[in-house]
Amino acid sequence: MPKTGGNKPVEARGHADATGTWVSKLHVPTGSSRPGEKPDFRALNLVSDDAMFRPAPDCETREAEPLAHGLVRVLDDEGTAGGPWLPELSDEHLLQGLRHMVHVRAYDERMFRMQRQGQLSFYIKSTGEEAVAVAQGMALDSGDMLFPAYRQQGLLFVRGRDVVDMMCHCISNARDNCKGRQMPVFYTWKDGNFFSISGNLATQFSQAVGWAMASAYKGEEHIAATWVGDGSTAEADVHNAMLFAATYRAPVILNIVNNQWAISTPQSFAAGGTTFAARALGYNIPGIRVDGNDFLAVHAVTDWAARRARRGFGPTVIELVTYRVAGHSTSDNPDAYRAHNESEAWPLGDPVARLKQHLIGRDLWSEPQQQALETELKEAISRDWKQALSYGSLEDGPHWPVATMFDDVFQHLPAHLLRQRQQLEEKE
Amino acid sequence: MSRSASKVPETEQPDGEQASMSMVQAINSALHCTMAADPAVLVMGEDVGFFGGVFRCTEGLYEKYGAHRALDTPIAEGGIVAAAIGMGVNGLRPVVEMQFADYIYPAIDQIISELARLRHRSGGEFFAPVTIRAPCGGGIRGGQTHSQSPEGIFTHVCGLKTVIPSNPYDAKGLLISAIEDDDPVMFFEPKRIYNGPFHGHDNNGGGSGSWSDHPLGQVPIGHYRIPLGKAATIRAGRQVTVLAYGTMVHVAAEAIRASGIDAELLDLRSLLPLDIEAVAASVRKTGRCVVIHEATRTSGYGAELVAEVQETCFWHLRAPIERVTGWDTPYPHAFEWEYFPSQRRIVDALQRTLAYH
Repeated sequence: MPKTGGNKPVEARGHADATGTWVSKLHVPTGSSRPGEKPDFRALNLVSDDAMFRPAPDCETREAEPLAHGLVRVLDDEGTAGGPWLPELSDEHLLQGLRHMVHVRAYDERMFRMQRQGQLSFYIKSTGEEAVAVAQGMALDSGDMLFPAYRQQGLLFVRGRDVVDMMCHCISNARDNCKGRQMPVFYTWKDGNFFSISGNLATQFSQAVGWAMASAYKGEEHIAATWVGDGSTAEADVHNAMLFAATYRAPVILNIVNNQWAISTPQSFAAGGTTFAARALGYNIPGIRVDGNDFLAVHAVTDWAARRARRGFGPTVIELVTYRVAGHSTSDNPDAYRAHNESEAWPLGDPVARLKQHLIGRDLWSEPQQQALETELKEAISRDWKQALSYGSLEDGPHWPVATMFDDVFQHLPAHLLRQRQQLEEKE
Repeated sequence: MSRSASKVPETEQPDGEQASMSMVQAINSALHCTMAADPAVLVMGEDVGFFGGVFRCTEGLYEKYGAHRALDTPIAEGGIVAAAIGMGVNGLRPVVEMQFADYIYPAIDQIISELARLRHRSGGEFFAPVTIRAPCGGGIRGGQTHSQSPEGIFTHVCGLKTVIPSNPYDAKGLLISAIEDDDPVMFFEPKRIYNGPFHGHDNNGGGSGSWSDHPLGQVPIGHYRIPLGKAATIRAGRQVTVLAYGTMVHVAAEAIRASGIDAELLDLRSLLPLDIEAVAASVRKTGRCVVIHEATRTSGYGAELVAEVQETCFWHLRAPIERVTGWDTPYPHAFEWEYFPSQRRIVDALQRTLAYH
């Protein structure tokens, strides 16, 4: 009996040019710019009045639907705050937010330079998107559980993590609480309700949903918040997270940080021509797109989602529209895949500059105070770095004892690992 | 004109012009050659198009063949492999790049349950000639999510071929064979030796060389194949057979040289199919065998090698077969040289094996 299936001969299909080569009709997305091009962010549709309303936190998904395509803003381009999302935040709260963002930036600058000097094997900066982690962290309660990706170091500053401890992790020295096992920036801090960051993308997104399900199961008030980048939304974990969160109405905030670039790949490869917030609608989850460089708007939207979750109305997806000013990591040069200084054309500005402008406009702050703050925190980071190095460096140690690499694979050391540890120690 | 239904023939002797190439350049050259020969061949993966890949293996393909054949993809490894299967069923010959071997796991259902078994479950009607390239191995301070050697997971799966080259010359010839093979092939590229051979961290922390100084860094510019399933003898010897692949070929070679032991070193190149004839012929000659890999020990590919050797060479063995492997822990960032099988561990194993009379 002849075969009726099998792979069709390729010659039998499609269009070909004179040389016999196919003429592709496949759509392949493009991005905001490639080297030598003029940056163009118009496809993002950042100008919209669709988000000029604030529904009650217990609203039906369909009531909030325009928020998924609009852009929630509180600060205008001149730094004046207003509109339905204007949060009631004390002056001290805003000044503290500015301080955290400046601190994160100083930390990132120093760690990046230390990587270039060979003190760190790797680093990831959050430059230009500090408002995401800082404002969101400040809008949450300390008992809420954080499941971050690798660019939300700002959360640690908000939660009060010792900067020296962060640095000790990044150089895998004897004081690294991850015991030298992880690459830099994959922090863990259980006491701060900060989950262990994975090097694999998006896995935390659906785990946060499970944490939130357990919180609801136990009748508790705590919620979970989690973050992925625009590129990582392509992973199936993001689908799983939305599906489970919607099914069980889990008290979780699902944050998508749309910083435009996934290493060299533009956000268009994951967005499919719509917004990331709009992804939520098909799962019957409210999706809110917010100006991610607007500290007040990010805070307001996060607070809204936290109230919704805490009251038992379920998850929210927040798309934070921002821009990754630095490369993906210390391993790539962004000039190779996007226009040089593309960040200067970014229409939503810089989060630090915008909050500073707002505070100066309200006579709560001044340029000299800003200068003094930047100097103070830069010097603090320098002192912290020296202290961190006093506990050991990546190349010269001291590290944790080598034999500790066999600990924590299991709760109790099994016989085969005990044998391997002995083999290792015989050589020491 | 398409070679998509072709079968891999016997070795084609490469001729014509050669050039000095790193392993990255040799892999890139293999992709250029196969894409030039067959419009059904395309590369796809994260950052492989415009950027040319994070390790530069797909450089120049976007410029030469366009965004459609050097296809950037969303960051969804399961989606990438699934799409490659569908494209393969519909007449294309996709070459997938997994950015790191450590990133394969989201695609494992598509690889194990689908790609590997499609031909078998459809009674031979459907197949997907997909090659999955993935940089593997440690020694670059990549920690536990950028250093793994997962080849043993895939050799355990029926229906996949698994290849790991150790030098530019083999990398190009093997990759061309893999792409032109109608069966799915897992093609692991030890990234520690992308730019030069590496002899281990013993001896002042390096011993890294350049491929331009290495005879196997001389690579034909044109199309040639190295058949899958043929080991290479790196060094002939009489006292003990050493089986290695990838980066560990170089570490083992240097360990043997430094120790003065007359060991026979085989570079397996292809783990499945395995060149058991070459392995058995060597072990029958030497009567001793040491197996080396960087991957974790328990249920690793070394266990399969040990079993094969004792099944085929039991009456010739004069000593227990030793394994030198990574420890059974995740790859530790701070302790990668204590984890990585060192020359010293290899020499110790060789000497223990030789102590049997």
